[in-house]
Amino acid sequence: MRKVAILGVGHTPFSFLAEKTAVELLSEAAMEAVAHSNLKAVDIQAMFVGNVLGDFSEGQGMIQSYVADEIGAKNIPASRFEGACASGTMAIRDAFMWVASGFYDIVLAGGVDTVSKMGTSLATRTFAMFSDGHYEYPSGLTFPGAFGMLAHLYSAKYKVPLQKLKHQMALVSVQSHKYGQYNRLGQIHKAITIEDVLSSAMVTSPLQLYDCCPFSDGAAAIVLASEEIASKLMEKPVYIIGVGQASSGRFSSQKEYLPRLRAREISAKQAYDMAGIKPENIDLCELHDCFSIASIIAVESLGFAEFGHGGQLWETGEADRGGRIPINMSGGLKSKGHPIGATGASQVCDIVKQMRGLVEQERQVEDVRIGLTDTLGGDGIICNLVLQKGW
Amino acid sequence: MNNLEYKLTFKDFNNFLRKNKLMGLQCKDCSKFTCPPKLVCHECGSTNLDSAILSGQGRIVTFTASYVTAQGREVEAPILVVMVELEEGPWIMGNLVGIDPDWASIESLIGKSVILAKTRILPADQYSGGKEVKDGIARPTFSLSNKG
Repeated sequence: MRKVAILGVGHTPFSFLAEKTAVELLSEAAMEAVAHSNLKAVDIQAMFVGNVLGDFSEGQGMIQSYVADEIGAKNIPASRFEGACASGTMAIRDAFMWVASGFYDIVLAGGVDTVSKMGTSLATRTFAMFSDGHYEYPSGLTFPGAFGMLAHLYSAKYKVPLQKLKHQMALVSVQSHKYGQYNRLGQIHKAITIEDVLSSAMVTSPLQLYDCCPFSDGAAAIVLASEEIASKLMEKPVYIIGVGQASSGRFSSQKEYLPRLRAREISAKQAYDMAGIKPENIDLCELHDCFSIASIIAVESLGFAEFGHGGQLWETGEADRGGRIPINMSGGLKSKGHPIGATGASQVCDIVKQMRGLVEQERQVEDVRIGLTDTLGGDGIICNLVLQKGW
Repeated sequence: MNNLEYKLTFKDFNNFLRKNKLMGLQCKDCSKFTCPPKLVCHECGSTNLDSAILSGQGRIVTFTASYVTAQGREVEAPILVVMVELEEGPWIMGNLVGIDPDWASIESLIGKSVILAKTRILPADQYSGGKEVKDGIARPTFSLSNKG
């Protein structure tokens, strides 16, 4: 396998009710990534796109084909990836493999969604499609509902009193907003307090509104190329040195393993093993904080905390800037926003910019050499990427 | 007999549950149960399965009371969703009736015994097509049993 580098990255603002179409958003992100790679769109040999709900939000399928044409990469093969909220990372992982194999030299990967255009009611219906539609959705399971169930299970299984767990969950949201307020491409620019979280509306017990990420519109894209090409085009390539992906059966079938997600443990191990690193080697992590409890569960499976003790990372400041493992310095899904097909690509964009020293000073982490991304689709598609500073 | 076809399809599971019978699969190789049904035994992967009527008894492992519902289900809120570990072993998603969702708590629900109650039906919506759902989708429905 060849070494694969990330060249330019592109990222639209994430927002509520964007006034651009999904094709326009991804085209702009793609062009930014191409331009920052010192390339032209005609140099792109293939496109890999995460897009989940374009059909529902805009009545638009096969976005990837139109985006290729919009940016002038006419007639190239363009493929769409659908793995709910992990779609963007899945697209990047596949793009990585095609370049690593030698089949392509220069490709574009990214994602887009405009889910806020659906409104809360239809958006909630479509997000619930990423649970079992015949055996579990009929009982009223929504996407936040699954994480509400995990939070109660976590409290009961690990004997963390719910009041203490809720406090830890609030700290997760507070930290996301603390840094998200400075991310000029993020959706929400507002610091919040623990009291704000604990007094917000109940969505699905025990999750309140500020435990939940918003509905968002936006796009992100990156250019990937072989090491040889990267060395000619870019002084600061970032290498993808590890990838992982795993699937799961319906929520109930995961049984006694819950609240741990076996898929995350498998995917993360693949990525760590391929990169030849351990969790303690990670300098910065962007993880899938669709709900506050999701962050606490994720840090345990990613190897940053013991099972049942994930919340301590936020209590002690270990997850903070300057801490042992800074988490979601972009603001995460909670504050930056979560246009689902774009999220995985957005995470990669932010870690690349962190390595290049290009993010806002208030959220810049010093000397990031190795970064990890983590995305979770539905009740069990996980995809992880390990990135390494290449200079 | 062709072991490569479903021994218990969604359509059959649904029709039985509409009549208050919870069906599952028992593996003839490892003797363990799978519910809701799959093509193979959830525990060992065998295709050597028999359909079986389950007791409908179990205990609550977790729950959530949902106040924000999906499109078309607004009048149902709040919905009390539970995950039940059946006495035969499988976990299944369902609803708990007879309890005010506002008062659902870890202390009052987790670990408590439940029994299958009269099945509630969700009418198919515009996104759930097919003959197998045309009379509605049965929701595994439970109530607290006096076992405590």
